[in-house]
Amino acid sequence: MTPKISFRNVRKTFEIAGNAAFTALEGLNLDIEDGEFITVVGPSGCGKSTAMNIAAGLTAPSSGQVLVDDVSVTGPGPERGVIFQQYALFPWLTVRENVEFGLTISGKSKAERRRIADHFIDLVGLTDFANSLPKTLSGGMKQRCAIARAYAVNPKILLMDEPFGALDALTRVQLQDQLLAMWSKERRTVMFITHDVDEAVYLASRVVVMAARPGRLHKVVDVDLPYPRTEEMRLSSEFSELRNEVWRAVYHPAAAA
Amino acid sequence: MAVVETEHAPEATRQAPLLSGPLGMLAINIVAVVIGVILWGLVTSYGVVGLPTPMAVVTQAVIQAESGLLWSDALASLARVFTGFALGIIVAIPVGFLMGWYRIARAIIEPYVQFFRTIPPLAIIPLAIVTMGIDEMPKIFVIFLASFLSSVVATYQGVISVDRTLLNAARVLGANDFTIFRRVIVPASLPYIMVGVRIGLGASWSTVVAAELIAAQSGLGFRMQQAQLYYDLPTIFVSLISIGILGLIMDRIVMAIDSVLTAWQEKL
Ligand SMILES: Nc1ncnc2c1ncn2[C@@H]1O[C@H](COP(=O)(O)OP(=O)(O)OP(=O)(O)O)[C@@H](O)[C@H]1O
Ligand SMILES: [Mg+2]
Repeated sequence: MTPKISFRNVRKTFEIAGNAAFTALEGLNLDIEDGEFITVVGPSGCGKSTAMNIAAGLTAPSSGQVLVDDVSVTGPGPERGVIFQQYALFPWLTVRENVEFGLTISGKSKAERRRIADHFIDLVGLTDFANSLPKTLSGGMKQRCAIARAYAVNPKILLMDEPFGALDALTRVQLQDQLLAMWSKERRTVMFITHDVDEAVYLASRVVVMAARPGRLHKVVDVDLPYPRTEEMRLSSEFSELRNEVWRAVYHPAAAA
Repeated sequence: MAVVETEHAPEATRQAPLLSGPLGMLAINIVAVVIGVILWGLVTSYGVVGLPTPMAVVTQAVIQAESGLLWSDALASLARVFTGFALGIIVAIPVGFLMGWYRIARAIIEPYVQFFRTIPPLAIIPLAIVTMGIDEMPKIFVIFLASFLSSVVATYQGVISVDRTLLNAARVLGANDFTIFRRVIVPASLPYIMVGVRIGLGASWSTVVAAELIAAQSGLGFRMQQAQLYYDLPTIFVSLISIGILGLIMDRIVMAIDSVLTAWQEKL
């Protein structure tokens, strides 16, 4: 079976002051299977966002390529939904209009748009706020709206860049469970970036640990916990062992290597 | 009214002094203006300063209003402002978008905009009169220039300040350049454009009055200039106050439109 997403020797350098080049990503090789949920952790600046933006088609790699369904990525596409850390809702549109944005582009009829949007708004629990502007929503509600907007265009792949980073612990846990519930139903392929080792282990079937300077893949940790994941699992000894393993890989890369 | 409201207000707002609510502020505004007019009346009727009394100005205003002169002057000034201002905005917005969207356009247009911005529009009047004659054209041109220059920079600033993540969000939802322009760039830069419109209108208004002082056969500025020849202070006051009131009304209208158009903004 061909992988859903395949990073092939992806390298990215940035021009910095003068003519020096900064290597943000060095020779990244990674295959993500269809329907898999992987999380990516690593120290700040190790190239997580860069890798995701290349897969999203928002940034071009300096060399190498990302294949999606064996086709090289050259730009963004509606089959790859992206959820940004900063929500990126259009502030002049209501929740419903935000969710309908991608549907308008794909040429859906008005009634169809409305039906699909309302379905996903309901799924993320924002029905009562469908006509509200983003400025009236809390951070967690904004993030759920962003998730509904990405889901509405029915992407087979979800690329999420620290989507829950700015949320309080409780909202975060709720959104994690909601995300897992939706994923179990629809089995989209998910690449989820996070700073939080707990979150990385709780969500993923594989945790990709990256290292910095230069940004590169450091270690892949398989998470052999069954789905659905439950709150009790977070307290189990297997969970804490996995968490420790990922923790060591992130914070003491030399010792764990 | 305000008293009744504070009676029923929750604990937190009940602590607020009675006069700091919106109605209280308006009341203070009115009292301040009334006191100002009374002071004006006092110092002028006792001859402390050689200016006309409020009554003399009101009388002159009534005479001018009845003869229709006040209205025709105001109309002449407003017509010039609106023509020049509308033309300025209509040209400035597309040019500003062009400058923000295409680096080449920016590189070509920016030096001209920056250069002409440093010249007060009034300084163009001699040139405009020599090249365009003495009728409406030179005045409208100068007003056009004043509103164009302030709006074009604001629009361009708006375009280049659009949040990149919003552009990326639109792109990953499948938007092409045209859709991004229409559905992201335009609404996102609207608050900036409205700032430009407001500044542009203010600049147009001060320019028209000054232009009429220099070269015109009608308008509030022209009337003042005539009155100056005859030491007719009440007429000068009538014109000045009319200019102030009309300027204030126009500014408030733009602000009202702005608050409707950009109601989605998170304001502090
Ligand atoms: N446009 C750019 N120009 C120059 N350098 C950049 C640019 N974008 C990213 N970088 C550099 O590339 C490196 C990787 O950035 P990236 O945003 O991918 O990190 P990250 O792993 O997502 O970090 P964080 O966890 O803090 O979000 C950083 O050192 C950053 O300074
Ligand atoms: Mg990042």
